[in-house]
Amino acid sequence: MIKKRYILNFPPQSGDKAFSYHLVKDYDIRINILKAEVYPGKRGSLLLELHAKKDNIEKGVEYLQKNHITCEPLDKRIHLKEEKCIDCGNCTAVCFAGSLTMNKETWKLEFDKDKCVVCELCIPACPLNLFTIDFR
Amino acid sequence: MSRIKTYEEINQKLKSGKAVILTAEEVSKMALHASPEEIVEKVDVVTTATFGAMCSSGAIINFGHANPPIRMEKIRLNGVPCYEGLAAVDSYIGATACNPDNPEYGGAHVIQDLLEGKDVILEAWSKGTDCYPRKHIKTKINIDTVNEFTLFNPRNAYQNYNVAVNSTKKMIHTYMGTLLPNLRNATYSTSGELSPLLNDPEFKTIGLGTRIFLGGTQGFVVWPGTQFHTTKPKNVFDVPVTNAATIAVMGNLKDMSADYLQAAYFEKYGVSMFVGIGIPIPILNEEMAKWVSINNSQIETSVLDYGTVGTPKLGQVTYEELQTGSIKVGGKKIRTAPVASLSKARKIANELKEWLQKGEFEISKPVQMFPENTSLNSLKETEGDND
Repeated sequence: MIKKRYILNFPPQSGDKAFSYHLVKDYDIRINILKAEVYPGKRGSLLLELHAKKDNIEKGVEYLQKNHITCEPLDKRIHLKEEKCIDCGNCTAVCFAGSLTMNKETWKLEFDKDKCVVCELCIPACPLNLFTIDFR
Repeated sequence: MSRIKTYEEINQKLKSGKAVILTAEEVSKMALHASPEEIVEKVDVVTTATFGAMCSSGAIINFGHANPPIRMEKIRLNGVPCYEGLAAVDSYIGATACNPDNPEYGGAHVIQDLLEGKDVILEAWSKGTDCYPRKHIKTKINIDTVNEFTLFNPRNAYQNYNVAVNSTKKMIHTYMGTLLPNLRNATYSTSGELSPLLNDPEFKTIGLGTRIFLGGTQGFVVWPGTQFHTTKPKNVFDVPVTNAATIAVMGNLKDMSADYLQAAYFEKYGVSMFVGIGIPIPILNEEMAKWVSINNSQIETSVLDYGTVGTPKLGQVTYEELQTGSIKVGGKKIRTAPVASLSKARKIANELKEWLQKGEFEISKPVQMFPENTSLNSLKETEGDND
């Protein structure tokens, strides 16, 4: 069993179908909805945590993609320009999910993307503007 | 009788490569098992450092004269207003000044762009005079075209600083970072036992003319910093428990490195600049050995509520507690986060240590010590002026 977070982007024609039901029922995937947004024109985005056998997750993702839903691992959608980071810690102050933390020995920033809930508070909190998150 | 060393003796040891130099963190560890008497025997210099956002920073620039010349009376660098009241082609660009069309870009960014060798657009206007007939100029400048490019920071390296929290129900944005509502986080900005002015709290070795690490090169302490306050409340270890004294520093930006100066923008607050400062403390006597022995469990600071007018004090904590990741204020556990870089400060302390070890950096005796018993005036509003 593995746990992995994905960002799903729904085109207008897929917005009202019960995809999460099929992920549970047909692919035996435990899902946890961490964030959901619907935009004008029936487009939508979801942050899902999928918990299942690796094989099942792969098949579930394939099923979503066949239905024109973009489904990408969360870590591919979050970017931090690490080479420019000064380890000031401002982003860790707002990261209540515990994704961004300071290493207590080196006092360098550590970023565990699998804990991110895409609250996006780190984006304005970084005084160097080093974060980009592609959720929408 | 206890050992007393002179600046000359320490400099001689530095030149011959025989001096013992520790960082303030290293000496704090040593002090757990060694007395000040032993430390003054064993250690010659202790390096201290900080790398935090220091808003009262800026640069003096001389642009050079154009032909025909202009007496610049309104000046913009990449759209950022600079001071125009300094002769014809001198200016001062403050770190926090910002481009009104792009408020996230400010003086600190101009300084950083110049430091990184980038071209910056200079535009200036004048009424035109007999000796300076030109009325307008727009051209590109860079670090090589300007004459002097000098960092002059009126208030840096605060001796201790408050912890910021927010007790209100709304998130607030401050120079201490984003403060979540209902005391959900606490931010602090000092490098604790590594912090320069906490290792010489009574300014026995830091004064006018002290040679320091500034932005990656050698700079100087040139004056007490603005808001220089030496009579703030102290704890049992004689450490001020809130923001107290400061220093004004100066150095040649042409020799500095963008690794140690970093422009920043704080959401809904404005532009600032992270400044890297390292100060060597000569261990002249037992008293200095005692001061540098101080550790994070002995340095306390005040927890202030930035969400409430008057920033009331909610508690007092040590840097040891702050660095564990959480503090307790009024019985409530609050997650902590730094807003100044301890890893960069350590890098500076170690780099300064290397310079000293190589004999490239001489310890300087202040030409004048800083004033004692200073306090601050607040800005009084005289009756009727705001009608």
